[in-house]
Amino acid sequence: MIKLAKTLALVWLAALALAGLAQAQNKPLRIEITQGIIEPMPIAIPQFVAENPAAQEFATKLTQVIVADLVGSGLFREIPQAAHIAKISNFNAPVQFSEWKAINAQALITGAVSVTSDNRMVVKFRLFDVFAQAPLGKGLQFVASTNSWRRMSHKVADAVYVRLTGEPSGYFDSRVVYIAESGPKNARKKRLAVMDYDGANVRYLTDSNDIVLAPRFSPNAREIIYTSYETGEPRVFLMNVDTLSRRVLDSAPGMTFAPRFSPDGRQVVMSLTNRGNTDIYRVDVARGTRTRLTDSPAIETAPSYSPDGSQIVFESDRGGGQQIYLMSANGGTAKRISFGKGSYGTPVWSPRGDMIAFTKIYKGRFHIGVMRVDGSQEKLLAGSFLDEGPTWSPNGRVIMFFRETPGENGAPSLYTVDVTGQNLRKINTPTFASDPAWSRLLE
Amino acid sequence: MNFRTASIILASLVALTACATPPNSTTDPNGFGTGGANGMASDPASVAYFEQTVGDRVLFPVNESTLTAEATKTLNGQANWLLQYTDKTITVEGHADEQGTREYNLALGARRASAVQNYLVSRGVADNRIRTVTYGKERPIEICSQEACWAKNRRAVTVVTGGLNS
Repeated sequence: MIKLAKTLALVWLAALALAGLAQAQNKPLRIEITQGIIEPMPIAIPQFVAENPAAQEFATKLTQVIVADLVGSGLFREIPQAAHIAKISNFNAPVQFSEWKAINAQALITGAVSVTSDNRMVVKFRLFDVFAQAPLGKGLQFVASTNSWRRMSHKVADAVYVRLTGEPSGYFDSRVVYIAESGPKNARKKRLAVMDYDGANVRYLTDSNDIVLAPRFSPNAREIIYTSYETGEPRVFLMNVDTLSRRVLDSAPGMTFAPRFSPDGRQVVMSLTNRGNTDIYRVDVARGTRTRLTDSPAIETAPSYSPDGSQIVFESDRGGGQQIYLMSANGGTAKRISFGKGSYGTPVWSPRGDMIAFTKIYKGRFHIGVMRVDGSQEKLLAGSFLDEGPTWSPNGRVIMFFRETPGENGAPSLYTVDVTGQNLRKINTPTFASDPAWSRLLE
Repeated sequence: MNFRTASIILASLVALTACATPPNSTTDPNGFGTGGANGMASDPASVAYFEQTVGDRVLFPVNESTLTAEATKTLNGQANWLLQYTDKTITVEGHADEQGTREYNLALGARRASAVQNYLVSRGVADNRIRTVTYGKERPIEICSQEACWAKNRRAVTVVTGGLNS
């Protein structure tokens, strides 16, 4: 068996060459996300073939989720099944490329599903460049319990996304931890919740007795760090997602909040308030020991590690207004990087290491934006009465945040926007929702 | 067929159980002074008198934690009351309006609560009678998105937490 990773690049080059020969006017079948997508790629995703009766239900649902993932990325336009000339009824039959070309499909996904007697599901698929009349990469096969049919769909969509964008990874097989909100604005109830990245499979982790805020996943997504008022004051808690057992992160006194894991999961950076002064501390998760990283009379909060763990980006009002600074992961001298008009807060380092996402407040409006790590090339991606709290998709291409509407009935919802500023989308959640934090790709 | 097989590691789904209420939670679940039923407002030792006659809250300008002249007047009254009723303990709750990011507002609320604490201490109230907590923008009392409401939400509320009439 040939390793996909090793051969993919070669297959790709071959496919690109074929595509170029086959259709000189057509660009190679590859989406360059960095340029911003003007025209989504037309893709045909005929319903996956159910290879036995038990697979019928899953074949339909799986196909729908794959379509939703790819179309939702903003990079693809689905050619509806009603417009298809050819039907795929046998996964192994040769593809009639002319019939897909006739409806202007540039890419074609074919797939099949079978369900075994012990409720395991086998999903296989192939991706084709229609104009080149050639497969893009090897076929792939996933095996799992039928319970995880959504994850299988996301894995198929991630594989297609990777092949057609050249990105190192997709982002569909991931989860989001957030705060589910309900009740009136002056007596809001808040609960910790996790969901799939697309809003499916919501699961509540706490009741609404205590205010909970700003949860973040550990690197392996098995633990969550968050702020809770269950002791009567804001304290950072650590919770196991499976068992729901939880503990205060460290026993030393003080109000603590704004926690975030180090990339290796062994440290947490957070804010600690002592007699009205808020500074940044690092806590060793296993030992519970605190190390102070900033020491100024200003507000220092919202720390976030660089992906290599060597630096921390945070916000401070030491210069008068709320601005973004960089420092070594061991503290010390900090360098200001935000210099535009307005206030800047909630910096979050991209998983690729190249960008910082932030919330910007300017002239009474809140914006979500990104800038290079040196503060250059600031770009605002979204703005409204209150857009806040960006979090990066696992591949650093999409940002999720929350948008709160103004007024007496104002309430928050989750949104995603492409890092190019395109494809703003609302995530449907059962309740109001705020403070999203994206996991890495699931293992 | 030359399929590459990858199996998904299945996350075990644990049935959701609601967390128990923490046993040691003694604070007001609403997290802010609500005014009200603790004693007759005509009794100067009562919490109601403190809230309604002395004044339980001070307001702050946008993004500031310095005390205004009006705030210090209210706090002088609070200090005098606390010096008279020395069995009382208080929690000062710092709040912010909705026009700031969550973490910054938590820190700002802490600054405001601390400003009140420091002032009361400067007027002779024992430090160990005062606890502070920040609610950031989590507990607005006014809910419109205009300055009229925001001005009332940028507050520090002194909640009497101990004593015979609390």
